[in-house]
Amino acid sequence: MTQEQIKKTIIDQILEIAPDIDENDIIPDKNIQRSLEIDSFDFLKILTALNEILGVEVPERDYAKVDTLEHMTHYFSQNLVQ
Amino acid sequence: MKKKWIEKKLNTFVIQPNLIDYFKERTTFEWGKVAEQFDGLPCGGFNIAHEAIDRHANGPLADKTALVWLGANGERKSFTFLDMKKQTSKFANVLSSLGFGKGDRIFTLSTRLPQLYIAAIGILKNRSVMCPLFSQFGPEPILQRLLRGDAKALITTQALFDKKVRPMLEQLPQLQTVLLIDAKEDENNQIRSLTRLMENASDVYEILATDLEDMSILHFTSGTTGMPKGVVHVHKAMYNHWTSGYYVLDLHPDDIYWCTADPGWVTGTSYGIITPWLHGVTNIVDETEFDAVRWYSILQNEKVSVWYTAPTAIRRLMRIDSEPTKEYDLSHLRLIQSVGEPLNPEAVVWGVEKLKMPIHDNWWQTETGGIMISNFLSQQIRPGSMGRPLPGIEAGIVHLNEDGSITEVTELLKEGELALKPGWPSMFRAYLHNDEKYAKSFAGGWYLSGDLAYKDSDGYYWFVGRSDDIIKTSGHMVGPFEVESTLMEHPSVAEAGVIGKPDEMIGQLVKAFVSLKTGFEPTEELRRELIGFGRKRLGAAVAPKEIEFTQNLPKTRSGKIMRRLLKAREMGLPEGDISTLED
Repeated sequence: MTQEQIKKTIIDQILEIAPDIDENDIIPDKNIQRSLEIDSFDFLKILTALNEILGVEVPERDYAKVDTLEHMTHYFSQNLVQ
Repeated sequence: MKKKWIEKKLNTFVIQPNLIDYFKERTTFEWGKVAEQFDGLPCGGFNIAHEAIDRHANGPLADKTALVWLGANGERKSFTFLDMKKQTSKFANVLSSLGFGKGDRIFTLSTRLPQLYIAAIGILKNRSVMCPLFSQFGPEPILQRLLRGDAKALITTQALFDKKVRPMLEQLPQLQTVLLIDAKEDENNQIRSLTRLMENASDVYEILATDLEDMSILHFTSGTTGMPKGVVHVHKAMYNHWTSGYYVLDLHPDDIYWCTADPGWVTGTSYGIITPWLHGVTNIVDETEFDAVRWYSILQNEKVSVWYTAPTAIRRLMRIDSEPTKEYDLSHLRLIQSVGEPLNPEAVVWGVEKLKMPIHDNWWQTETGGIMISNFLSQQIRPGSMGRPLPGIEAGIVHLNEDGSITEVTELLKEGELALKPGWPSMFRAYLHNDEKYAKSFAGGWYLSGDLAYKDSDGYYWFVGRSDDIIKTSGHMVGPFEVESTLMEHPSVAEAGVIGKPDEMIGQLVKAFVSLKTGFEPTEELRRELIGFGRKRLGAAVAPKEIEFTQNLPKTRSGKIMRRLLKAREMGLPEGDISTLED
């Protein structure tokens, strides 16, 4: 899976949980939870869905490493078993 | 059962707890004596802002740190009591210069920025009423509260204002001024730059005579049948804040205290702003939401000694397989209290194993203004129990009879409604503009909490559930009526029934059952549209997380949706009494 595909998958899952968000509002280097008003519960749901699709579990201690779209894409591409 | 109880050994405390003999404290306690803890205003009366900030700034604590603010991007700012006195005086002068005074309702809508804390105390100084809103509310809950609370001014940020308030400004003719925390210049005479106004304001402000019964804070709480109600509190509430800070939070002068609650909710004002400062204690504020590594780091780096947090956060910490006391230096931490929803016994025990200390649960509500029932540092903990009433608080289990009279349930372990003897200082004084509803909260000499509980043989109270349909999600109350009303504004929705669906992490999640108007199909696309609609209108804190289409919502013969039945069906429980169900 390419970086672009991973990014697209993440965006899809954000939009799944928060369908009111415009894709253009997802700024790559902005904190996902704060800038898009995704609360902790919904953020967990996004990570659970991504785990099901990509097979990468983000442990609670790594949440700071997936705070932005950019960081999350990087994290998944690093941990994805190709 | 007794084996599971956590015993305390008095000789193990490095710092002697304020409450040692529970029964003696209860017997000797007098509310009148609490006044001795306060200075009073030179010109007469008592004002929370003076007791929390100014009197410390005028004395030996002037250079002591009052507030440590930790920003999302790693910033750290600290304010002494003298800094806070000057800043809050500036803010009070800004309000006064704009024509706002005693009793005027001033709303706040902000994330946890230092200005929010400065505004809170500044509003009280000016004898205006602080009305906090949660920054994750959407436009609809914000509008409802601004209207119902007769908002004259709003303090917020440019982004929150543009997104959530500007589109509704025309519907708020009473709103005279919007103070934007981060705007560099005024937009016009109504939308002002707070920074500019603060620059030009004097840092000297003399608080005018304040009566203990003057309105101080207006919080909103959710109803089952109507829109949110404004819960009126007065300056005298500080008697409870001081007392609970002493007995429950066990505050001592050298403590570093961290309450993780947002001031949009009552815990965040009573215990995130007022209580630590009444005790002259350093108060930590973190701008960001929960993050396990960040939170442990704050406990370590700021040397937090007393920590007041919530079950949702504790359950998140429990998900991590780690030994926090080995990874972090938590040696300063000596007391953990939790509130928001009942703390499950496993979480109390997890504290003992992983944090090397139990977590103490306590109970109170927006209406009670302060902690009423608690597990205490020096006392035995019964995991799963909310604890015992504080000195000065009389609790009981009652049954409301059909004729409106009350029978006290004296039989132990028997479930009933948790009730309190009215008269404690932080008791709410009114539901704003709703005397009838206020009167209904009391019966037979008791305040009725709406929570079901029972009492054991040693006077510990145990939470059972709510007697109504109010939803508790992530520690916040959500009124089903407010959610249903908004969903029904969507063109496709005929009717909606909203319940709290049990959830391991956040207690309950908001779930809506929706029936559609003729011509609309229950598609996945429509479900997503409704989820988005809810988020946009209500905000993430209130919007339904789940939506299920159903063409037949169970209703009474009079046409009222039976949420209780929806919930029973959702949980696969017996449906109970369905005699009023329509055919």
